[in-house]
Amino acid sequence: MTDSSPKSPPPLRVEELEMRYGSFLIQSDLTFHINRQDIFIIMGGSGCGKSTLLKHLIGLVRPAKGSVYYGETDYWGGEEASRQAIMQNIGILYQQGALWSSLTLAENVAVPLKEYSDLGAAEIREQASYKLSLVGLAGFDDFYPSEISGGMRKRAALARALALDPEFLFFDEPSAGLDPVSAKLLDDLILELRDTLGATIAIVTHELASIFAIGNNSVFLDAETKTMIAQGDPKHLRDHCPDPKVRTFLHRGEL
Amino acid sequence: MAVEEQQPRVNVSGEEIHLSGPFLLSTERPDLEPAARAIQSGSGSVVIKDMGIGEWDSTLMTIVMRFHEEAVRAGRELNLRNLPQGVQRLRDLALAIPPRKGAERKEKRKGMLESIGLHAQTNWKETIGFISFLGEVAQSLGRLVRGKARFRAHDVWLQIESCGPQALGIVSLISVLVGAILAFVGAVQLGMFNAEVYVANLVGLGMVMEMGALMTGIILAGRTGAAFAAQLGTMQVNEEIDALQTLGIPPMDYLVMPRMIALAVMTPLLVIYANTLGILGGATVGILMLDIPAQVFFIKTFEMMTGWLCLQGLIKGCTFGILVAIAGCMRGMNCGRSASAVGQAATSAVVSSLIMIVVADTIWTLVFMI
Repeated sequence: MTDSSPKSPPPLRVEELEMRYGSFLIQSDLTFHINRQDIFIIMGGSGCGKSTLLKHLIGLVRPAKGSVYYGETDYWGGEEASRQAIMQNIGILYQQGALWSSLTLAENVAVPLKEYSDLGAAEIREQASYKLSLVGLAGFDDFYPSEISGGMRKRAALARALALDPEFLFFDEPSAGLDPVSAKLLDDLILELRDTLGATIAIVTHELASIFAIGNNSVFLDAETKTMIAQGDPKHLRDHCPDPKVRTFLHRGEL
Repeated sequence: MAVEEQQPRVNVSGEEIHLSGPFLLSTERPDLEPAARAIQSGSGSVVIKDMGIGEWDSTLMTIVMRFHEEAVRAGRELNLRNLPQGVQRLRDLALAIPPRKGAERKEKRKGMLESIGLHAQTNWKETIGFISFLGEVAQSLGRLVRGKARFRAHDVWLQIESCGPQALGIVSLISVLVGAILAFVGAVQLGMFNAEVYVANLVGLGMVMEMGALMTGIILAGRTGAAFAAQLGTMQVNEEIDALQTLGIPPMDYLVMPRMIALAVMTPLLVIYANTLGILGGATVGILMLDIPAQVFFIKTFEMMTGWLCLQGLIKGCTFGILVAIAGCMRGMNCGRSASAVGQAATSAVVSSLIMIVVADTIWTLVFMI
């Protein structure tokens, strides 16, 4: 990961994004950007479209309107090849982990390496073991996803997301279904990864503890007005956001 | 306080409603209509009085909520101060968040025209989905031919193993029995002309031209097509297919191609196997029960069997295999994101495979006749 000159454009920029499922409007007029090495929180109440926004950022869903820029490139404006190039630079941790259940943990981590690197079989195995040990799963190479606990599955999925040393990491509710200690460990791991790998991270979550512990930038989606109503550092928003909805949310409703 | 009663009672007395007795899920529910009518007809605030309420649970609350609704409709207020502690608080809790606007989904009764229209729309959407799936399969095939499709050879082997060798048992059983049935059915008619010897021709022809391929297709639809739909559907539920897509690996290549290749390769082999066993089944009946000498039976069988006839069966079988793979994979890939959706995907994979198999069979038979 190279340091960028201050003038380079933000690595991820969203402009006037509108999201719909069929004729059902989910969110519109989303314009924000994510800076290099941000831990960017996408927050909002249940059902406001956080996960949908994530799906738009990672190119699973095509926006109804507006664009998503990675650096200078419009994700949907370019050719299939440019999308592929961007995708290789993205690691995603899905809500349920989404490990391929027919493959062992090491094989799961190996799939992206096999696809996108010229490494030999032995080197790929080494890489996979290393990535697994990074997330605290050393020695679990030959386990199948169904044989390990939920928290371990999430960490294994994180190892897979890290396989290609991506510049961008996306997390969909990383702490959902984890006990507080595991959730804290995962938060620490996310911070550690940002600092050591220099990754830019976007997280969908509504865990306040995580939001304040690791987030340094955020966007708040509102289900009623169907647009974003705040953006910035969540710790700042908690006390200084002009919109009472956001302050209430960040104070667990105790305002 | 009145004496403890066994029955809940709701009595109207002027502008007051008196409650007494136990209000439990296990006790009888009192008649609320007189009280409801009283609320509707009166004015001012309605006082609900505790005249010796025994044990109570949510039953009391549903009664209070009913009174509340009636009071709101009549524009009156409900005075609960007399009721046990907690009732008022529970009511306030239930009313704290007003019902979300538009959350109530009223099932409108649809007119006939509307139902027909909706049905047509769904069918149209499904047709479009089917065609676009075929298009994606074709694209993926194109990549396969150019050697650019990305899948693991190991997956192809796994699929071949599960749809081929592991299906041998059931294919054997069904083919032998179908062969035997053909021999029996033939014997009934041919016996009338003392031409039992032609049972051999009938069995051979029936198996090779038709039954071998058809039975194999049906077995594959139930065994393999359903499995494909369920596997891919579960992967869809677990976001595993999303994970492939975001890695830039086309799920069509990685998941659908190995399955299609496996079935396209294995079905003809299974059909040959089914034909052989079906003829053996027919031979058993012919030789043991119709007293046709074994030699004669097999000579007769091979007499009529031309390469073209065998090829017809193989072409049919190959078509059925591909259709089963397409139906199974399509239903799986288009599966919704819930457990029941996986079940639906498996069911509809089998149903659509069967329909397509029979239609394709008819078409091929007509084509071969001409």
